[in-house]
Amino acid sequence: MPNGLSFNRLSERPGGTVTICFEGQPVTAQDGDTVAAALLAAGYAVTRTTPVHGVPRGPFCMMGVCFDCLLEIDGRANRQGCMVRVTEGLQVRRMAGARSASIGEADA
Amino acid sequence: MPERTDLVVIGAGPAGMAAAACAAQRDLRVLLIDEQPAAGGQIYRGLDYTDRVKLEVLGPDYPRGRELLDGLAQPGIRCLPESTVWQVTREREVFISRNGEADVVVADRIVLATGAMERAMPFPGWTRAGVMNAGAGQILLKGSALIPDDNAVLAGSGPLLYLLAWQYLQAGVKVGAILETTPRSNLIQAMVHLPGALRANAYLRKGIGLLRAIRRSRVPHFRGVTALRALGSAQVESVAFESGGNAHALPCSILLLHQGVVPNVQITRSLGLEHDWAPLPRCWHPRVSAWGETAIEGIYVAGDGGGIGGAEVAAQQGRLAALHAAQHLGAISVQECESQARPVRRHLAYHLAVRSFLDTLYSPAREYLCPSNETIICRCEEVTAGSVREYVRLGCLGPNQTKAFGRPGMGPCQGRLCGLTVSEVIAGARGVSPAEVGYYRVRPPIKPITLGELATLPLPDEQQLEAQDIG
Ligand SMILES: Cc1cc2nc3c(=O)[nH]c(=O)nc-3n(C[C@H](O)[C@H](O)[C@H](O)COP(=O)(O)OP(=O)(O)OC[C@H]3O[C@@H](n4cnc5c(N)ncnc54)[C@H](O)[C@@H]3O)c2cc1C
Ligand code: FES
Repeated sequence: MPNGLSFNRLSERPGGTVTICFEGQPVTAQDGDTVAAALLAAGYAVTRTTPVHGVPRGPFCMMGVCFDCLLEIDGRANRQGCMVRVTEGLQVRRMAGARSASIGEADA
Repeated sequence: MPERTDLVVIGAGPAGMAAAACAAQRDLRVLLIDEQPAAGGQIYRGLDYTDRVKLEVLGPDYPRGRELLDGLAQPGIRCLPESTVWQVTREREVFISRNGEADVVVADRIVLATGAMERAMPFPGWTRAGVMNAGAGQILLKGSALIPDDNAVLAGSGPLLYLLAWQYLQAGVKVGAILETTPRSNLIQAMVHLPGALRANAYLRKGIGLLRAIRRSRVPHFRGVTALRALGSAQVESVAFESGGNAHALPCSILLLHQGVVPNVQITRSLGLEHDWAPLPRCWHPRVSAWGETAIEGIYVAGDGGGIGGAEVAAQQGRLAALHAAQHLGAISVQECESQARPVRRHLAYHLAVRSFLDTLYSPAREYLCPSNETIICRCEEVTAGSVREYVRLGCLGPNQTKAFGRPGMGPCQGRLCGLTVSEVIAGARGVSPAEVGYYRVRPPIKPITLGELATLPLPDEQQLEAQDIG
């Protein structure tokens, strides 16, 4: 269910539309959108819950800085939704709670 | 064997595009790397295609990026889009991740042109879904032609906030309100820098034009805003604040924040380079020479990554670094380098003249640099300012010690977003300057990579390895 965030499309990009799948639901995106932009355009504000307190979050910076847009994309966890372009049939899921390991989280 | 090239430029914003073009004109082989699908950087994002947004909404500065973009059409330049640099070494190896595969390039010279990011603006509720950076709003506009619903609220301070408000007005958005957090006393302090700023008065005219247009639009504009709070459950539903001695609340489903931009220092920090604290824009600058060269020979910084100067300054700094690199690689003589740099330096001085005025005028309010105890400052590990103050009470002196107590800065963003705030909060609690407190130690990889990607790295030539073993 989209949760009522309101962005509207001012014009269409050359290249037409692409359909991706978010939590089993089809989402129509514009070719050239990032996954995070496509979800915001479709009204999905919440794209994950946090590992520490389980609170809902959505994309924040849209430029690869904040990592609040982490999603499971085509089976791979912890991908930045604002840095991945949509492609036809892309399977996208929310990330809930704990992260799985990838190299590169800061250490003490 | 890893690929070798004369010059690697990381970041294809104005600084990187200008550096690449200038170097290629002097016969250097250039590799220009950026994680975006097309060159342009933040200001000229999405220049590769034209739509209504580009023509009618973004304003007159935007199409200027075309000239820089056209400069990349030279045989000496190879562009590598959608490629993220996750490590740079002192030996000038550049590690890249692209399409799920890792690669490495070795360069004689490197220009780091990774630009700026927005300064975090923490207050209670800023982590709610629907609260985003103003830059995110602009990226959605440039990249996907998305505009917010009519009740969107813009809060904070600085030229980019007004620019976005103006662009939304051009797009026909009825902005809900602008909540200005700039302290009123800033204007008086900025006046001493006005004579300098008048030397580059094109900037002032532009700013005043934006403000006038916003005033004419009759968007509710609250000044001296304090006590900001984003309220709601899962998502933001309203914003509460004080202004002019009164408490206010406005409904909104999109709240866009901005309080200036700061250098993205992940690569320069990960190289262990010295950074100096700049008390006026309140951020760190990597230490560089007049050519932009760091303490590591052959590694330069150009553009906003070295200190915020804007797009024109970025391009001139890119050219200076490229000239110096070309001279060191023997493509031009020392005399040619000096004489070609002279006009570049003149432009640079002109465009820098306005900075002290702008930096003072839009110096962020203390409340959002050093937020209240209940405010989450590390979004990844959900650490509040109050917790960090408690770690200081327990004896923590700097950000790398607080990591061990409550993990601030240890999540996936590697402290990019909270770094400045954590340093400010510790400094505030200790009653010293952030210069004394320091900053997070940043370790490579600066972007997460998977083991699968690592496995695709080209290994050194086997024969060479054997030769080394025997030798
Ligand atoms: C969100 C945002 C919006 C802005 N909008 C405007 C505007 O509309 N008008 C204006 O005058 N100024 C704007 N600015 C300020 C603007 O950034 C500067 O004036 C100017 O673009 C600086 O140029 P630059 O070349 O230094 O860096 P940038 O233009 O920021 O370019 C840096 C480039 O480096 C790339 N990069 C960074 N790290 C890596 C990495 N590890 N691997 C690969 N690539 C990497 C980025 O993708 C980016 O394309 C904006 C700033 C931000 C943060
Ligand atoms: S929204 Fe910040 S990293 Fe994607």
